[in-house]
Amino acid sequence: MNAQRTERREDTVAAPSRFPLREVILFGALLVAVLGVYAIMGTAYSTRMLVEASCYAILALGLTIQWGYAGQFNAGVMGFVALGAFATMFLSVPVNDAFWGTELPGELGRVLLYGAAAAMLVYGATKLDRIGVPKKLRTLIAIVLAVVLYLVVISMLRGVTGEIQSRAGFIGGLGLPAWSGWIVGGALAGAIGYFIGHICLGLRSDYLAIATLGIAEIIKAFLKNSDWLTRGTATVSPLPWPTPGPSELGFTLARALYLSVTAAMIAVIFFLLHRAYHAPWGRMIRAIRDNEISASAMGKDINKRRLEIFVLGCILMGIGGGALASFNSIFDPNGFLPLNHTFLVLVMVILGGPGNNLGTIFGAVAVYIIWLMSEPLALFVMHGAAAIGEGWFGWEPPGNLDSRALQARVFVIGLLITLVLRFAPQGLLPEKVKHHG
Amino acid sequence: MNELVFFFNNVIVAGSVTGSIYAIGAIGVTLVFSIMRFAHFAHADMMTFGAFMVLLLTMAFPGVGAAVGLPTPIVMLPLAMVLTALLAVGVDKAFYKPLRAHGVKPIVMVIASLGVTLMLQGLIRLFAGTGAQNLYLAGERKEIYRLEMPFELATRPIIVTEPQIILFLLTIVCVVGLHLFLNRTRLGKAMRAMSDNPDLARASGINTNHIVAVTWVIAGGLAAIAGTLLSLDVTFKPDLSFFLLLPIFAAAIVGGVGHPYGAIAGGFVVGFAETLAVFNWTVLLRPIAHLFPEWVEIPRNLAFVGTEYKIVVPFFILVAILVWRPTGIFKGKVI
Repeated sequence: MNAQRTERREDTVAAPSRFPLREVILFGALLVAVLGVYAIMGTAYSTRMLVEASCYAILALGLTIQWGYAGQFNAGVMGFVALGAFATMFLSVPVNDAFWGTELPGELGRVLLYGAAAAMLVYGATKLDRIGVPKKLRTLIAIVLAVVLYLVVISMLRGVTGEIQSRAGFIGGLGLPAWSGWIVGGALAGAIGYFIGHICLGLRSDYLAIATLGIAEIIKAFLKNSDWLTRGTATVSPLPWPTPGPSELGFTLARALYLSVTAAMIAVIFFLLHRAYHAPWGRMIRAIRDNEISASAMGKDINKRRLEIFVLGCILMGIGGGALASFNSIFDPNGFLPLNHTFLVLVMVILGGPGNNLGTIFGAVAVYIIWLMSEPLALFVMHGAAAIGEGWFGWEPPGNLDSRALQARVFVIGLLITLVLRFAPQGLLPEKVKHHG
Repeated sequence: MNELVFFFNNVIVAGSVTGSIYAIGAIGVTLVFSIMRFAHFAHADMMTFGAFMVLLLTMAFPGVGAAVGLPTPIVMLPLAMVLTALLAVGVDKAFYKPLRAHGVKPIVMVIASLGVTLMLQGLIRLFAGTGAQNLYLAGERKEIYRLEMPFELATRPIIVTEPQIILFLLTIVCVVGLHLFLNRTRLGKAMRAMSDNPDLARASGINTNHIVAVTWVIAGGLAAIAGTLLSLDVTFKPDLSFFLLLPIFAAAIVGGVGHPYGAIAGGFVVGFAETLAVFNWTVLLRPIAHLFPEWVEIPRNLAFVGTEYKIVVPFFILVAILVWRPTGIFKGKVI
């Protein structure tokens, strides 16, 4: 631990401003790679790749402030992405009259009210000791009451949701514009992030990783199985775009327009983060990350700041998830995978340089290109190997080469993580720490 | 009585099966944590790897089992354990050791283990495909034992399968063996010393590299046992690992991280909690339904959560333990 810290200090002491050679070279190489993809795969495909990469860049910016600024390892990006996507779906899909025109909303509201009342009752039971009930008895009463009321409410809810499913399909959306869904998605992700952070941030970072991993799985399980709310595995599509869609402008132009929206979002987020980073607030965050004890000795409220950062990161993930879902125009709870939505983002951040916003954006685009291109490449290699095997040894190649080639992506992402940690632990564009004299 | 038998089959037997598997997995996680001080995320993939090795070996030598009188996968298990232990030691040499030598923070090790998880997952799926496969290959079948109850009211038998019995026996062997190893052998004592205080252990002349290797061998071997028996009981699935990871960590944390006996207890707590949570209590209430007043109507499904939310249960326990007692029930370390 000490060895690393002293090493880091050496190359980060108040360096005089220099020509950003490294940045120019890396971004130049990235530009060449993007142009290469354009030349090989065509304009429409490549623009789509850029839009997706830009949505991922928003997610990566969310993770980089958690991991790079505050040293919190969030392994549940997928859950926050799913929340953003769900909010976008719920707000932007047209209103479902088969649900709202009947008495079902009233019944659903009634059950939710019962649920709230039950929660109040249980909360009241935990306070029984104030009126002289012994503490042990209070705990027993509270637990028994909670179990019984939970079972009552959940069986009522099962009844209503079953009705909704059989009569209306699902409750549908609110018919609002897509961007309102992005905002609500950010708020929802932030609220859940507040809840998790409140419980877990005081513990060692491994725990946060496990907890967020679990939360992400729970959110996915909920969205996947609540058919009355999300249509579950039946998926909801199409989701409306905030910009004119491909049917009006053609694929390339519509995607380019969408890209300009996400690029503008990134620019705004980048500007705000940059300002925050160089403001006293950012300095305080870095002080907490680098030496928690001394920061707390100087009177900084560490847990509160950590929670702030965590929630902020989750909000960005929610927004990015919403933008991604709108662009794909489908809400498919089964499509959220830890690999695609957590580990990919993690690689983007650690490859680009945690804590360096420019590096994170570089990492997002670079890794997304590697991710997309590793499948055709693996397929090419495997077909080559199969051809050689057939020709030379008379092997029977397995029939499902295409689905297996997809797995090469998993391997590539894992290899990338370990290689970066080993050979470039600070990322390709390390954070530049300035010491204010 | 039939209801009680149903309860026994669906809760006691199923809970002990999942509990044993989680316990064996959690021992590995806890040992790795207590020696190397990081949460090893790739553990569930080592289980999958072990099961996959058994699958390959069974395919290669299908006739061995009949000659010995045991299912072939069980005969192949020791070999698979050796292979998985080798993999564990190799992964440590290639990926964790350089980072350790660099003195990185534990969380960086966790991320490295995530990378290893993905690599193993990619490789296993690349070779095994993505579909489920039965470890009982053609010619062998799973023995199912039906124990008739000596009561008049119980017409249904208690059902236990052969892999389940082997699992129970192996769990007992593992637990006793681990207990003897940690308490009676020099190596085991050195391991405990290193877990308590690595610097002091090094200063007293314990070869820490040796201890690390032994830890990986034990963790890898146990992972192979757990993975294989789970796959024998149901089927072998290449994407098993994410479903195992959370319960195993929950078990380790519930028992107190760094505490092998706690991990065993935690495994059973999580296993039983899962089966109890998805059990439909209406079945048990039905015979006594006439005792309830008229206005109480027992719904058809009285499970706490639907089966589809099984994955939520370990996490819920995790959070509850964390709020109530962060060190786990056996006072382990806080991670």
